[in-house]
Amino acid sequence: MSNLLIGAVFALAAYGMALVWGVMNVVNICQGEFVMLGGYTAYFLFKAGVHPLVGIPVAAVLLFVFGWLLYRAVIFRVVDKDLFISILATFGLSILLQQLANQLFGADVRTADAGFRTLFFFDNMVTVSVVKIVAFGAALLVGAILMLFLKKSRLGQAIRATAQNARAARIMGIDTGRVYATTYALNAAICGAAGALVAMTWLIHPYLGLPYTVRSFMIVILAGLGNVAAVLAAGLGLGAAENFAGFILGAEYQSAFVFALLVAILLWRRFWLDRTRGYLK
Amino acid sequence: MGKPQIRSTLALGALAILVAAGVPASAKVEGDTIVLGAAVSLTGKYSTNGKNTQDGYELAVARVNEKGGVQVGDKTYKLKVVYYDDESTPARAAQLAERLINQDGVKFLLGPYSSGLTKAIAPVTEKYKIPMVEGNGASLSLFKEGYRYLFATLSTTEFYLKEAVNLAAMTAQAAGRDPAELKVAMAFENDPFSQDIRAGVTEDAERWGMKVVVDDKLPPELNDMAATLTKIKAVKPDLLLVSGHTKGATLAVRQTAEMRVEVPMIAITHCDSAQVAETLGSAAEYFLCASQWDRSLSYRDDWFGSAEEYAQLFEATYDYSPPYQAAESTAAVLVFVDALQRAGSFDTEEVRDAIAATDMQTFYGNIKFDETGKNIAKPMVLYQVQDGQYKVVAPTDWASAKLIHPRRLPE
Repeated sequence: MSNLLIGAVFALAAYGMALVWGVMNVVNICQGEFVMLGGYTAYFLFKAGVHPLVGIPVAAVLLFVFGWLLYRAVIFRVVDKDLFISILATFGLSILLQQLANQLFGADVRTADAGFRTLFFFDNMVTVSVVKIVAFGAALLVGAILMLFLKKSRLGQAIRATAQNARAARIMGIDTGRVYATTYALNAAICGAAGALVAMTWLIHPYLGLPYTVRSFMIVILAGLGNVAAVLAAGLGLGAAENFAGFILGAEYQSAFVFALLVAILLWRRFWLDRTRGYLK
Repeated sequence: MGKPQIRSTLALGALAILVAAGVPASAKVEGDTIVLGAAVSLTGKYSTNGKNTQDGYELAVARVNEKGGVQVGDKTYKLKVVYYDDESTPARAAQLAERLINQDGVKFLLGPYSSGLTKAIAPVTEKYKIPMVEGNGASLSLFKEGYRYLFATLSTTEFYLKEAVNLAAMTAQAAGRDPAELKVAMAFENDPFSQDIRAGVTEDAERWGMKVVVDDKLPPELNDMAATLTKIKAVKPDLLLVSGHTKGATLAVRQTAEMRVEVPMIAITHCDSAQVAETLGSAAEYFLCASQWDRSLSYRDDWFGSAEEYAQLFEATYDYSPPYQAAESTAAVLVFVDALQRAGSFDTEEVRDAIAATDMQTFYGNIKFDETGKNIAKPMVLYQVQDGQYKVVAPTDWASAKLIHPRRLPE
């Protein structure tokens, strides 16, 4: 039960990745580093005496600004380029952010204990910590807000229009540069919120990013780019499957299982696409 | 700027270059100063412990110089250490060791922080036959290569949690149970450090006839131990052993409380550097923690006095309480001082032989090297977190508190 909720945090990071990938055709490798920075934001607020729950929106806002600046500085140069260029650029950013965080915050492992209780059922055999339920709720909430935002708001419509056809959108008077910047900043904000949840639930350190990047990548590949609900489902499924594998095979195979699953999904997707004559750009 | 000024600037520049080029060429002894060399991690992932290492070396140097210096033959010398930042990367550490030996002419090396970096430097010191005394490379594999010039002041990894297994066995015997009935669960990170520890405890568990019921290898990028702990909860072991650096320590403490994993005795490593008692509060109560050293131990030496006096001097100098990483580094300098005095010479071979024959007590513990160069005279220490304080409960000869067993869960 508790294992299922772990997937909620993966799902959050995956929303952002799906958004950036779908709209900008950029595979954002520094996804995990946004999560890490969000975690540190929550941690430092916690140290200053602010409750970590407050850290979630604050981390989102700060990371929004950070994402916007990053877009204006680097990402706008790679939007229309080959997919590999964007992967290289964001990979470089990911290394840069890791090292900067290491310099600024130190390599120590930190955690912001929100003091949430754990619920017990069946004579302590099933335990669910409240913080994971909060994470789960936050993932659902952010997913719903995102879906509404994309469907209803002007900006959301502009984002969707740009995703469908950037050139046409530009002809129709949409400032696609601004749309891209907002999309990227939004992604950073969602990851920041996820990071605050990570700091509350587990622990943070400068090098925690990669597992989140890899898992969001998997979830997006499985769920597709335009489907928020599918992303959530895939995220939860991955969280549960991964922990189940750790339980059955032993923790040493937990990561191996995730990567094996990634390969399996890629293969399956290829055959499936061949059969349905689909086209994935 | 007038012409003469430009000329004098140029001349100054040239002079600066000459001086810069000239200094490193001098050898191990400059006038009345013995120069030691060390590559330490001042940046990168080991920067915290790298600074502990450097502070440990510097405190020893300052203390020795203040007390008159090192007597070699009939002359006394001051100590000095040349440092470089190895950026926490093995390749850089090996380069810097070459540089210290070839360019700076250093003849005696102090170790870097971590087993990995020591492993990178040891082949270099071996090649140039330069003695290295280190306090922060604990991996047993370092001492299986037959290195002649490598010496370590700390206890090697296989000893880290042995004491916990023995403590569990003795507690069982005292309660009238057969230690062979005990069930042991183990979760060790899949890296050389933790796997060495695992080898050590497996050996002892087998000797007592204990049954190993869970034996998980945690992947290095693991951020969650839920899967392992679910298993442990189901099999109800009598002893749980966890090692995975600070990350493993924090996760073990946090998640056993969160998932209410009831094990009578839990022993982990790195809980002092992870500060589990300070940051996680009651969740850390009654955890056992392996440590190389503690300030409450009753060792002493002529340079620093007792362990507690060392700790106070350290606090007064650096404004933080000394972790064992600093203490074992200080001890490494003391080994050189002792060996140089006994050798009465700067010949690297004679100093090496003097180091190999070391048999001394320091504030950090007794030091005596076996033929592979590791210290076999100092046992590991086990703390228990009691009321938010780290109390030494084993080995019983030096213990300042009594073990609380079985562990009760915090409310």
